[in-house]
Amino acid sequence: MSIKVINEKCVGCKLCVKACPFNAIELVNKKAVIDLDKCTLCGACIESCKFDAIVIVGGGRDRPLHQKFDEYKDVWVFCEQKKGVVQSVAYELLGKARELADTLGNELCGVLLGEDMKEEAQKIIHRGANKVYLVDSPALKHYQDEPYSKVLIQLIKEYKPEIVLCGASSIGRSLISRVAIGIHAGLTADCTGLDIDKKERLLLQTRPAFGGNIMATIICPNHRPQMSTVRHKVMKEAAENKHHKGKIIEKNYGSNIYFSRTRLIDIVEEIEETVNLTEANVIVSGGRGMQSPENFKLIEGLAKALGGAVGASRAAVDSGWKTYSHQVGQTGKTVCPKIYIACGISGQIQHLVGMQSSKIIVAINKDPYAPIFSVATYGIVGDLFEVLPELTRRFKEILKK
Amino acid sequence: MNIIVCIKQVPDTTNVRIDPETNTLVRSGVQSIINPFDMYAIEEAVRLKEKFGGLVTIVTMGPPQAEEALREAISLGGDEAVLISDRAFAGSDTWATSYTLSKAIQKIGKFDIVICGKQAIDGDTAQVGPGVAAFLDIPQITFVKKIEEINIGSTPAPQGYGAGRVPEYQSASVEYIRAERMTEEGYDIVESPLPCLITVVKEINEPRLPSLKGKMRAKKIEIKKLEAKDLDADPNSLGLKGSPTKVVKIFTPPPRKGGQILEGEVKDICGKLVELLKGEIL
Repeated sequence: MSIKVINEKCVGCKLCVKACPFNAIELVNKKAVIDLDKCTLCGACIESCKFDAIVIVGGGRDRPLHQKFDEYKDVWVFCEQKKGVVQSVAYELLGKARELADTLGNELCGVLLGEDMKEEAQKIIHRGANKVYLVDSPALKHYQDEPYSKVLIQLIKEYKPEIVLCGASSIGRSLISRVAIGIHAGLTADCTGLDIDKKERLLLQTRPAFGGNIMATIICPNHRPQMSTVRHKVMKEAAENKHHKGKIIEKNYGSNIYFSRTRLIDIVEEIEETVNLTEANVIVSGGRGMQSPENFKLIEGLAKALGGAVGASRAAVDSGWKTYSHQVGQTGKTVCPKIYIACGISGQIQHLVGMQSSKIIVAINKDPYAPIFSVATYGIVGDLFEVLPELTRRFKEILKK
Repeated sequence: MNIIVCIKQVPDTTNVRIDPETNTLVRSGVQSIINPFDMYAIEEAVRLKEKFGGLVTIVTMGPPQAEEALREAISLGGDEAVLISDRAFAGSDTWATSYTLSKAIQKIGKFDIVICGKQAIDGDTAQVGPGVAAFLDIPQITFVKKIEEINIGSTPAPQGYGAGRVPEYQSASVEYIRAERMTEEGYDIVESPLPCLITVVKEINEPRLPSLKGKMRAKKIEIKKLEAKDLDADPNSLGLKGSPTKVVKIFTPPPRKGGQILEGEVKDICGKLVELLKGEIL
């Protein structure tokens, strides 16, 4: 399978050059030339070409072979737990997975690993699951890569789900990558959109790439299950219904499967003034414009008033004003809260890619030309040392009522 | 201690602009760089070498021009460089990439630690590190922000090592690494026997600048090249053919709607904003 430009049809319009996410097309003598070393055959140029001058040769994309996948059914959600509590990202996935399962005419199943998790398993049923596969063992009390991936691989081999979803968290990303290798399945990271191609029974997985500057839709035609990790806060939580009935299927395995070469020695929770960034509905972030670490008190004050978390730009972290765990952006965390308030952050692209999917962005900056204003829902051009205290006072006022 | 560092050459997004009319990336003049997270991986490997001795081998899979990234890594303290490059690898997804890298690592030979950046800034998957560990069947510690201790070779296990805290289903090994793994709430302290694979985050170190000696070495060094035929790999598992996932569509997301600048006295502006956000907060 390869790709080629039909020179007679190519008019040298450069649309494909712009469309190529891999920078693989150049114009040579007014004709498009594709560098096959860089090309991944993604097809973006083919769609962009108005003259049908680019074609994939050698059979096109493989025909889905879903016929032989008849034995694979149901949509699974890996329900991550910490300290015996199912994390909210699992409930978000259950919401989306319910839609997918209904479209496919499948059942929705939760997978829960841990110790003494019966009650939590019931909660998963209340969020719409028809079944919960529960593996209960002291060895699974805390997350560890090897026992968790071995158990999940075993369950998938035994029950053959059509789709497996998992949160794109520090646990999910470590676990599911190992599982995908173990069962030779396709895995798409960090999806922000999931849909079904009903005719082909394919999961359409849409995710941002290049820091959110382009979106790619990815399928997995020839392997089962189809697996994705999904970002926290993107999907809406499944509603709770205490009358919803489902079955808990308890599984137990021999001690071999629980064996871990690594050992978890300690779990350290950093005592912070604010909740963790990926969970927060409101994030107040400070950048270079805060001028000193002391001034972050203003940020903390507003965050506290709003029950939110404190973020920081790379500039603020590199200056030592805040620790790395607060950093939002390309080399820090990607967040999508309901409200993101950027204070004294100019909005370099590396910062924007970490927060531009927030629902509402408020920017406070004294430079009216700061790029942050181009993504801001509401902008305030002004002195943040005047604005922040006033804003904090007013929010406290209305929240008191 | 033999260390293998996997790196990736990526477009430098520092200079990327978005064309306001077409809302696409402006790519002209965009340079290629070593993935920023891999810079921390290289630095950590060089620090381990300085402490324990041994060899740092830098590995990358990519087009022929990825050789530049390898030379830069050598200037930063790497000892050997391996370029895995072949048309047959084009279109690899994370499964096929992990497979190819693991096959190349097996070719390179004995190692104690494989270090990767936590993810690449172009794909952002964070899947290849754990994928390589799974193919090599070695343990992993992801998102490492600090290596607390490494115990290798003749160093005896510490007194009472593992006593009373090793449940029967866990292992106790003499050669081990203990590291802090970043989580949403803080970090886990995890111990793993060697060999193992770790992926690192920014907090782990501050990469050095290339030395003059390093730059000289980088110019001269002979880069080892591995093609598909050099790996004992199943040809059906390579490149596009070996990739379970396929990209079917690429599009530019709709631009964020233009913002509203609030104007007036500070008091009025703040009042207005509180009104606007009230619905979301209460």
